[in-house]
Amino acid sequence: MVSSVTPSLVINELAKDLGPVPALDNRMLRVLESVSLKAYPGQVTTLLGSNGAGKSTTLACAQGLLRPEGGTVELLGQDPYGDKPELRARVGVMLQDGGLPPSMRPIPLLRHVASLYRNPIDIDVIIKRLDLESFGSRTIRRLSGGQKQRVALAVALAGDPEVLFLDEPSAGLDPQSRQVVFDLIAELRDAGKAIILTTHLMDDAQKLSDYVYIIDKGCTVAQGTVSELIARAQEEQDARPVSFSARTGLALPQPPEGLHLTETSAGQYRLDGVSSPDHLQWLTSWWVREQILPTQLNLQARSLEDVFLEFAQKEEQA
Amino acid sequence: MSQTLSEPRAVSPLKRILIQGKYESLQMLSNGEQLILAVVMPMIALFVLTFTDLISDIADRTIDAAVPGVLALCVISTAFTGQGIGTGFDRRYGVLKMFSTTPLGKTGLIFGKVIAVLTVLLIQVVLISIAALLMGWEPNAWGILPGILFLLLGAAAFTSLGLLIAGTVRPEATLAITNLAWILLAGAGGVLYPLSMAPAWIQPTLNALPSAALGDAMRSALIDGHFNLAALIFLVLWAVVGSFACIKKFKWT
Repeated sequence: MVSSVTPSLVINELAKDLGPVPALDNRMLRVLESVSLKAYPGQVTTLLGSNGAGKSTTLACAQGLLRPEGGTVELLGQDPYGDKPELRARVGVMLQDGGLPPSMRPIPLLRHVASLYRNPIDIDVIIKRLDLESFGSRTIRRLSGGQKQRVALAVALAGDPEVLFLDEPSAGLDPQSRQVVFDLIAELRDAGKAIILTTHLMDDAQKLSDYVYIIDKGCTVAQGTVSELIARAQEEQDARPVSFSARTGLALPQPPEGLHLTETSAGQYRLDGVSSPDHLQWLTSWWVREQILPTQLNLQARSLEDVFLEFAQKEEQA
Repeated sequence: MSQTLSEPRAVSPLKRILIQGKYESLQMLSNGEQLILAVVMPMIALFVLTFTDLISDIADRTIDAAVPGVLALCVISTAFTGQGIGTGFDRRYGVLKMFSTTPLGKTGLIFGKVIAVLTVLLIQVVLISIAALLMGWEPNAWGILPGILFLLLGAAAFTSLGLLIAGTVRPEATLAITNLAWILLAGAGGVLYPLSMAPAWIQPTLNALPSAALGDAMRSALIDGHFNLAALIFLVLWAVVGSFACIKKFKWT
């Protein structure tokens, strides 16, 4: 992580309530508990987490659209709340729902937004790059999800921003336009822009990010470069669970160090932390001793996503 | 780096507002339903009131009695119903949120909408006035300036009320409420004709309605050349209360 460069965005222990929520007797729901992160120019900083983890709320607070209940946000050295036209002119935002007026056609909208800036990007280049002309005669209402995403990205880029927020930029994109968008993001990063994006897809995070923050239940629970996180995850991944079905209520023996044996539900057992054939031998010798013949046996490697989620939860408990 | 930071990156505030005002005006004018509400309905009202004797007793000539109320109706069409519905759906689709992430900000968005209301209102007033003059309308010359003042004041009051509804309820509800209110106010809100035939006990209440205040003020001005001070006070009150409620209650998302 480059530390001599000034970060473009610094978020410190952000807390945010949303609501009132009718399902909670109209109480407020704490969406963000404690989110802290930094984003640097020339880097793609990714917020990775499942849906509802608090990624979009974090972005909305960072952009100044929502005022947090606790913590601080510094965007390009400034507090982002209130009407700050000069700060907004340096920051591009692509919202998750796009926020595009349905009755407009894409290109006039793009030109309109660009006209609010003194030095907008070359509109014709971006139109060509994102192939907006192929559906330019249609109103935004009639575009597909992926086409809307491309328009929203172009609108976010209109003012040639230093900081670019992209909320789920790959949502709804077909593989071809996904590649176009990913190449463009990499290019913008190389041009020195600070890019902050959210995704719930490991694959996207892996392809795009320089630095990843994992967000779970409104907290930043893990961070690192993609390769660091993958290395840590693979360590965890090596220890896989063995699950089996047998008669209910077996007396469970004490497993060797590092293993954990539980009856997860009636007749369903799981041995966590299996990372060597010896562990399997220990399990089967117990079965032989007690004359247990499992009706089902499952040894499954987990996806990287599962591991990430699990290890996010572990860090949270720690 | 520090040099580029001090350079302004957004166009000037005035230019931003004018650009957005043009955009919002075109949005309003390109919407068929809005045009019906803004131009066709007031035109129909003008013809109906002029060629029937519904309100013939309040001025020497029917056309002179009809036009002031029709101009007041134009204000309600554009500032309240049209603008309210547009803003309600902009809010639903996240358009307000998107624009507030640009240099426009919330202030620019609001001024843009005000410019659009005034632009459309100007077009309406010009069209109705031309039609009325061709039909023989003779406005009281002393009333023209007060008339313009009251149109602007009415636009301020009804814009704030339209925004208040658009910013607090779902867009479908805004659509229903502002359309229903338009019909009720046009029919019985003192816009097109004075409420002097209503029972005496309810008249003070009805006259305090922004619609009645605007309609009465326009008739005082353009028929008699009078400046209606009571209506002025009511409209200022509505504009102030409406704007204040709007600032307090308006939800951007």
